[in-house]
Amino acid sequence: MTVADRITRGAAALTVAILLNAPGAASATTAGEKAVEMSRQDWKAEYVRPSEVPFPEENPYTRDKADLGHKLFFDPRLSGANYISCATCHNPSFSWGDGLPTGFGHKMTPLGRRTPTILNTAFGELMMWDGRFDSLEQQALGPMAAAAEMNQQMESIVEELKAVPGYVSLFNLAFPGEGITVPNIAKAIATFERTVVSGVAPFDLWIAGDETAIGDAAKRGFDLFNNKANCVACHSGWNLTDDSFHDIGLSDDDIGRGAVLKTIVKMQHAFKTPTLRNVVSRAPYMHDGSLATLADVIDHYDGGGKQRPSLSDDMHALKLTADEKADLIAFMRTLDGNDPVVAVPVLPANDQSPNAWLRRVSPAAGSGGGEVSPECRVARLHLRPCTPE
Amino acid sequence: MKFALATLLAAGFMASGALAAEHTVSQERKKFSERKMTIAVGDTVNFVNNDKITHNVYSSSSGHKFDMGAQAPGTAAKHTFSKPGKVKVRCAIHPKMKITLKVE
Ligand code: HEC
Ligand code: HEC
Ligand SMILES: [Cu+2]
Repeated sequence: MTVADRITRGAAALTVAILLNAPGAASATTAGEKAVEMSRQDWKAEYVRPSEVPFPEENPYTRDKADLGHKLFFDPRLSGANYISCATCHNPSFSWGDGLPTGFGHKMTPLGRRTPTILNTAFGELMMWDGRFDSLEQQALGPMAAAAEMNQQMESIVEELKAVPGYVSLFNLAFPGEGITVPNIAKAIATFERTVVSGVAPFDLWIAGDETAIGDAAKRGFDLFNNKANCVACHSGWNLTDDSFHDIGLSDDDIGRGAVLKTIVKMQHAFKTPTLRNVVSRAPYMHDGSLATLADVIDHYDGGGKQRPSLSDDMHALKLTADEKADLIAFMRTLDGNDPVVAVPVLPANDQSPNAWLRRVSPAAGSGGGEVSPECRVARLHLRPCTPE
Repeated sequence: MKFALATLLAAGFMASGALAAEHTVSQERKKFSERKMTIAVGDTVNFVNNDKITHNVYSSSSGHKFDMGAQAPGTAAKHTFSKPGKVKVRCAIHPKMKITLKVE
């Protein structure tokens, strides 16, 4: 199966990616232990795009699953109050983030950490800033159930989706013989997420040999990234992340991965290295949204970060000149891809049969819908709680 | 009768003792030396950190969960796999370090 078959959207961009992929260059080693003397050409070989999007054995790609996941991702009916979708926070218009320092969930509850992008998560390992989830499948159910995020009762989500006739047939198509179940909701969403892959950026064209694709400042920035500025120690490979956890010395008191790995000193204040693909589109930056611009980010690294036992051994004061800082930013700007436009999907319509809206908003109430008082009907239509009688 | 049973048990223990092997997996350049390995139930895997940085070895595969904490450079940590199944093992610090063990 080719990538073009696997990916429902952006097929063209991904085919370009395959064509760009130089044979044999895929077996790049980790950057950390590279010999110091590597030429620009050697470094370029470390950044070649992969030719395929990986899908796990347990949840292989099918077009029906991806299409269904696309709808679910954009469907606010997945939330308890039916007004927040995954895309509310992971908004494709902001490169799958929300453009906020930290976002808001159910009833505008402020969230503790900035919304990360879901771009290229197919290539990721552990999910969340602190890596607490093992897979996209496991992750997908987290925000739905989280009171602060989507506040959805997981017991009723299956009933709610079953009340939407269109979903019954879409699930039957994607999961023959199984239909709507909680694990299948997760599988469909994860399959869709894996199709969200960044497009071919000017940087990729340059890596593939087009010297005119990026300017000289960006090329100098690339050299700095791999040498003096040592960014590559963590932002390595085509997706510009090692998928590992590091304390880069930001001064908030969130201990990140330290809460998961309590006994490991270097995991205190450690967060997952984010991808830098399309990074210009995702300000403000960091897990706490504390740095407003890429210039602020560079200044942070230039200072070396807050000294503490957990600070990564790869963090040092860099002593960059103003020109060098500008070159690093010029380099990061070349990572903005010509990303495929993701359509806002048409969602299966609400059932219009008598009392169907009630079953959807409140499945329990829907069954005895006939006896609900007029006050409760109005309350429920406005998504306010209402105790019958 | 009692004697016979004891002998049988001892024989049994010896047999399983002889079968239980120890395998070594090296952690080097942020990778495990193997990506996949098939071992027998009761076998032990010795994870040796040959890197200059701290690693970890854990699994969250259901029924096979374990976590060996921080593993300083130069140290080794052993884990015995006592149940059959597919166990996905990785480093919690560098999750790209992965090895799948088939315990048969
Ligand atoms: C209210 C805002 C909000 C909503 C709604 C939301 N998320 Fe998130 N998402 C976040 C935040 C914040 C994080 C990071 C939390 C953390 O790391 O502690 C996150 C993390 C993630 C990640 C991990 C990305 C990574 O690189 O580790 C994925 C994947 C994800 N969300 C998918 C989803 C899906 C699927 C849905 C819908 C079922 C969803 N999100 C709904 C805010 C939201
Ligand atoms: C020690 C590992 C390490 C090094 C070295 C490093 N980074 Fe990072 N980078 C990270 C981690 C981890 C984060 C997320 C930190 C957080 O939010 O707490 C991050 C975040 C970022 C972000 C913000 C991305 C976002 O979406 O919020 C940018 C931009 C960035 N780094 C660029 C760079 C540049 C440029 C360099 C070199 C000057 C560099 N990094 C060096 C690990 C590193
Ligand atoms: Cu490790």
